Amino acid sequence: MAEIFAYILHKDGKADDTAYELINAAAKIDPAAKVTAVVAGSGSELDSACSEAAKIYPAVWKIDNEALAYVNAEAVRPMLVNIIPKGAVLLLPHEHFGMDLAPGLSIKLDAAYLPDVVDFKGVEGDALKAVREEFSGMASTHVSVDLSGGAVVTVRPGAFAPDEDAAASGEVVDKSADAGAGPPLKRRYLETVVAEVGEVDITKSDVLLSIGRGIEDEENLEIAFDLAKIMGADVSCSRPIVDAKWLEKSRQVGTSGQTVKPKVYIACGISGSFQHLGGIKGSPFIVAINKNPKAPIFQAADVGVAADILEFLPELQEAIEELKG
Amino acid sequence: MEILVCVKRVPDSSENEIEVKGDGTDIERDDLVYSVNEWDNYAVEEAIQIRDKVGGTVTVVSVGDEETEEVIRREMAMGADNGIHLMDDAFEGSDGKGLATTLKALVDQGNYDLILTGAQADDGAGQVGGMLAAMLDYPFASLVNLIEVVDDNKIKVGREIAGGNQEMNEIDLPCVLSIQTGINEPRYVGIRGIRKVASVEIPVKGASDLGIDAGAVGAAGARVKRLDYFVPELGEGAEMLEGSTEEIIEKLIELLKAKGGIK
Repeated sequence: MAEIFAYILHKDGKADDTAYELINAAAKIDPAAKVTAVVAGSGSELDSACSEAAKIYPAVWKIDNEALAYVNAEAVRPMLVNIIPKGAVLLLPHEHFGMDLAPGLSIKLDAAYLPDVVDFKGVEGDALKAVREEFSGMASTHVSVDLSGGAVVTVRPGAFAPDEDAAASGEVVDKSADAGAGPPLKRRYLETVVAEVGEVDITKSDVLLSIGRGIEDEENLEIAFDLAKIMGADVSCSRPIVDAKWLEKSRQVGTSGQTVKPKVYIACGISGSFQHLGGIKGSPFIVAINKNPKAPIFQAADVGVAADILEFLPELQEAIEELKG
Repeated sequence: MEILVCVKRVPDSSENEIEVKGDGTDIERDDLVYSVNEWDNYAVEEAIQIRDKVGGTVTVVSVGDEETEEVIRREMAMGADNGIHLMDDAFEGSDGKGLATTLKALVDQGNYDLILTGAQADDGAGQVGGMLAAMLDYPFASLVNLIEVVDDNKIKVGREIAGGNQEMNEIDLPCVLSIQTGINEPRYVGIRGIRKVASVEIPVKGASDLGIDAGAVGAAGARVKRLDYFVPELGEGAEMLEGSTEEIIEKLIELLKAKGGIK
């Protein structure tokens, strides 16, 4: 079986949650694998991320380079090409950094590329069988990947349970010299523009009435705001509502928007992509209202109503009004 | 600026319920409404806006069967100058690398400064842009939600990262970018727009026109193969509230009150 590597994301000296998940993903490919963590960055923050990774992984490879003070996928890629052995399997998280780095890396390593895996079903000969989702989670597929030339695999954050023990005592090996300096960068990091805080801070809301595509028209937002007002809830939304510029970005729930921790989350006309669900933390009571009874949101919800929100929400409003007198 | 936008014809998942066929070989495609991949449509709009600002041309390319022509034409109706249709039996069953190999051959025949793809399509892979860039040795940025042309040699791009934050980069041309939804507001294409380009000829190129070895693309060259489609065995899922609307609302209000959802 091929060697397995896991790429570790880290921030402010702390390993990302996915660092704890990739080790279990690797175990599903090969339970006997001695997985090596690869951690790239610079200085003391990198060192503390490596120490944390060493508690999860039996081996840690460190790439320390001043040019990686901000980790730029274009800078890391040639360094990984220099150190990842031919035929290895490299796991990365399927999020904005993994999506930036991994497809091109697979070409440079001449390895197969398998994106956004949610489960592994074992290896037979050179073929790794995995599970993916298509059509925004409305259909799943089994895929087979030829591992004979190695593979770069991105794994969906949250799809594998985290390693709770973190009882490894891995050795940190400095691979910086082998990784090299890399060619001059054709893409240079400038700055991070931090999201503006909007009129409502949905990360602090106890009750969120969250609106998705099912609202159909900007004018219909009034229905949601009226209902939220009488319930004492704040209005949040899914990505298409922000893309359409109907609500400000600060109201978007999801991995590319805000992470919310309400007590009650009412998803109205939201299909429930994994990116959206990834922004809901703290196990709230989730109510889903959607006219498509097969929408993935019903798998995440506690209670579901199969109804058109444009008809259902005004009726709910009326009933609450009556109740409150 | 010479801009190439790679687009894909996909089932419109906001218009369709996706059902898996009984034998798992495919999804039920008979009654599906197809359209251009949503991300790609934003990419075409962005290309048109850049061209209108700095000059140049926008070329839309798509790999696919006969039906693919309709989405190329639709994007030309938006305002793209040229369309190219890559079609060959040899392309069927391509994995991401096969598609990128096909597109690279086309890029090699042109002189493009900027190549755009959607950040992902119906299969959620998000792979072709990054692969294409690596094959061309061009710089790449994914999930781009802002483009500013600096000069003939470089542009500034914003990438959508976690928490609603935006990562700003300077990137040398030529480059490949994958475009995130929300970067602009794609224009509406009416029947009249479509009619205007109805008779425009869209050249079709096959593997031999592109100088591609048929074994490097399609099912023959694929290291990643889809085995089947299936409906996952799901957990319990939500407790679905049943009954008349009044009964459902009554139950829902009770639950919301108990959980602190109505103040």
